[in-house]
Amino acid sequence: MTSTFLPDKRSGPDVGLPSPAADTGRGRARRRALHWLTAVGFQVPALVLFGALVLLPMLFALYASFFRWGGFGMPEDYVGGDNFTRLFEDPVFLGDLWRCLVLVLLSLALQLPFALALAVALNQRIRGRAVYRMLFFAPYILSEAITGVLFGMIFAPDDGLADHALGAIGLDGVGGQWFADPSTVMATLFLVMTWKYFGFHMMLYLAGLQSIPAELTEAALIDGAGPWQRFRHVTLPLLAPTLRISVFLSVIGSIQLFDLVWVTTAGGPDHHSETMAVTLFQHGFKRYQVGYASAISVAMFAISLVFALAYQRFVLRRDLEGATTTLRGGGS
Amino acid sequence: MGDPALSRRGFLAASAAAGLSMTALSACGGDSDGGSSGTTTIEWWNISTTQPTKDVWAGLAKQFEAQNPDVKIKIVQLENDAYKSKMTALTASGKLPDIFHTWGGGVLKQQIDAGLVEDLTDRTKEWADGLLPVAREPYLFDDKAYGIPFDIGMIGFWYNKALFKQAGISTPPTTWSGFLDAVRKLKSAGITPLALAGKEKWPGMYYWAYLAMRTAGIDALQKASDDKDFTGEGLVQAGQHLQDLVDLQPFQKGFLGAAYSSPTGQAATVGNGKAAMELMGQWAPVVEADMGKGLGTNLGFFPFPEVEGGQGALTEVFGGGGGHALRAGAPQAAVDFLKFFASAATDTELVKKTGVLPVVPAAESALTDPNLKAVQTQLKAATGFQLYLDQAYAPAVGQEVNDSVAALIAGSKSPQQVTESITKVAKEEQ
Repeated sequence: MTSTFLPDKRSGPDVGLPSPAADTGRGRARRRALHWLTAVGFQVPALVLFGALVLLPMLFALYASFFRWGGFGMPEDYVGGDNFTRLFEDPVFLGDLWRCLVLVLLSLALQLPFALALAVALNQRIRGRAVYRMLFFAPYILSEAITGVLFGMIFAPDDGLADHALGAIGLDGVGGQWFADPSTVMATLFLVMTWKYFGFHMMLYLAGLQSIPAELTEAALIDGAGPWQRFRHVTLPLLAPTLRISVFLSVIGSIQLFDLVWVTTAGGPDHHSETMAVTLFQHGFKRYQVGYASAISVAMFAISLVFALAYQRFVLRRDLEGATTTLRGGGS
Repeated sequence: MGDPALSRRGFLAASAAAGLSMTALSACGGDSDGGSSGTTTIEWWNISTTQPTKDVWAGLAKQFEAQNPDVKIKIVQLENDAYKSKMTALTASGKLPDIFHTWGGGVLKQQIDAGLVEDLTDRTKEWADGLLPVAREPYLFDDKAYGIPFDIGMIGFWYNKALFKQAGISTPPTTWSGFLDAVRKLKSAGITPLALAGKEKWPGMYYWAYLAMRTAGIDALQKASDDKDFTGEGLVQAGQHLQDLVDLQPFQKGFLGAAYSSPTGQAATVGNGKAAMELMGQWAPVVEADMGKGLGTNLGFFPFPEVEGGQGALTEVFGGGGGHALRAGAPQAAVDFLKFFASAATDTELVKKTGVLPVVPAAESALTDPNLKAVQTQLKAATGFQLYLDQAYAPAVGQEVNDSVAALIAGSKSPQQVTESITKVAKEEQ
């Protein structure tokens, strides 16, 4: 390598070709500044777009949440924290929080273990496992709206496929009103959610399982470990990073759930399946109480943010160690 | 190094600015430019985006242009919801199109109060007085006309004559207790009396609104909205009457999750003969036949029953339609167009081709469908009128009525609580 290939060239013709000896002090500082400028220069378009399309609307929603505002013109009727006080006195919103918690817990307790069991099963050498994988993953590809319409028909009381199928195997009357009964609507909704999303988590787990070296399992086998012990002490610990990510995605998804609910029940009957996003939509786009809707969106954002930060700080810490996306500079 | 980035940022800023100014420009679309050669261009904003109405209306505009060579009509068609939000923005900006679609009621009142709508009372008097009185109601404020109707309709009970016969009900009920009796008879005959779309909430609201009109009187709903107080005795009683109906469990299985127009929804349930009645507007026969099989000649119509001891009458109707209003200071050509659009010839064509109910008495002969004729008879005999609540009230209040009444039907709110919830929202809206 010769000095002609040094990065100095980029400084421009006015700098000339400094000798390696001159590569100190001001020259280095200047070069560092240029590097920095280059980096900033390349980021400007992305930052401008991000700022205009993400950051500004978010800040504006925060601003609007302190006003009584119908959504047209500029917000003028400042009401301080009234929207937030109202939020935490609103039985519907408090119900939303409760239902969100229920969905999160159900997902963690039932949906993810189910996905894991399937992933482990489909990681074995069985005939046609590629077909099964594809079949189980297919619901995830379907749009939420189509899923909603489909299950709306399937769970139509009496006439739906679900009740007909139950009738055909002699279980007439076991099927109830599904989405139409306040006491069964959440269970039905959770069933549809599970159908829709378990394939996605199954795929994550499969990918995680395949990255576990076969030697480890073999070694455990030779040491006389049974199937459960191999799963418990080899597979599960090595799958932990994937599990943690999958839990994270599942929780955030539950907090923001909208499409499925909107299409199947619109939050009904009588708010019994309403989620925060549905309440937000009702107030923002049906009642034109955009200030109050903004307060809901701010609350949703805060909940998601607090969860995300806490989860990253306490649960994902080891997984993120040394990752390029951490904020901790060089990492160690 | 910074230059390209800067210019890119400049480009972005410029395009953002261009985008904004284009939005601003299009928001000014309501302008009518008096052409240089003495031609007047009128903008006509409507929501007739579906066929056959779209073509029929375009044809009518052509016809008017042919009769008035110095007038050009520019049609702007927007889908219902898009139109509503666009008009809200235009109202805020203070400039409306020359001729625009209106449902009357609260929204039109707002535009009038802002000084944006032309008072048509004197300019249309000679011909508008002959229009169906009930159809003109939504656009009258302090006896002044601010709009001209082209469509009108109302809510009433659509019933299955065969199922009524089967349950031994010879004539449709005219009183609320008679209605509850009919419901009981249908139930004991093993027939589901009523279909209701509980998921969508607005069909349930119709019961409460009609009961409020029958119990507290025709002006009660408007007065409650003006006073921001819905807790009056009459409105609570209305809820109690509805409660009496709900207690009979008259609705189809799973009605709380049912939609209105879906293959398993309210209209289909009646259209397939699985429920004996529904409370719905003049469009009900079409939707019943579209979503279900339809009832053909077995379908009948009767007005919402009277409540014994109530202030209201059987002949007072709950409904709404469509009309046109003009911006303040609109050219004479726009008034001429309204006259043309409300002529017997035009209305006959509208009734024949687009399925609206006639607003011009001379066009009545064009009406052939027996069901629509029955509705028309009610409308002609109407002695009072209440506009659909979602058009008469502010959006938040209208939604709260729907929501609270849905809660009453689902059993989670008492009649008293319904009126309190609505009052609370009405007060918040100021």
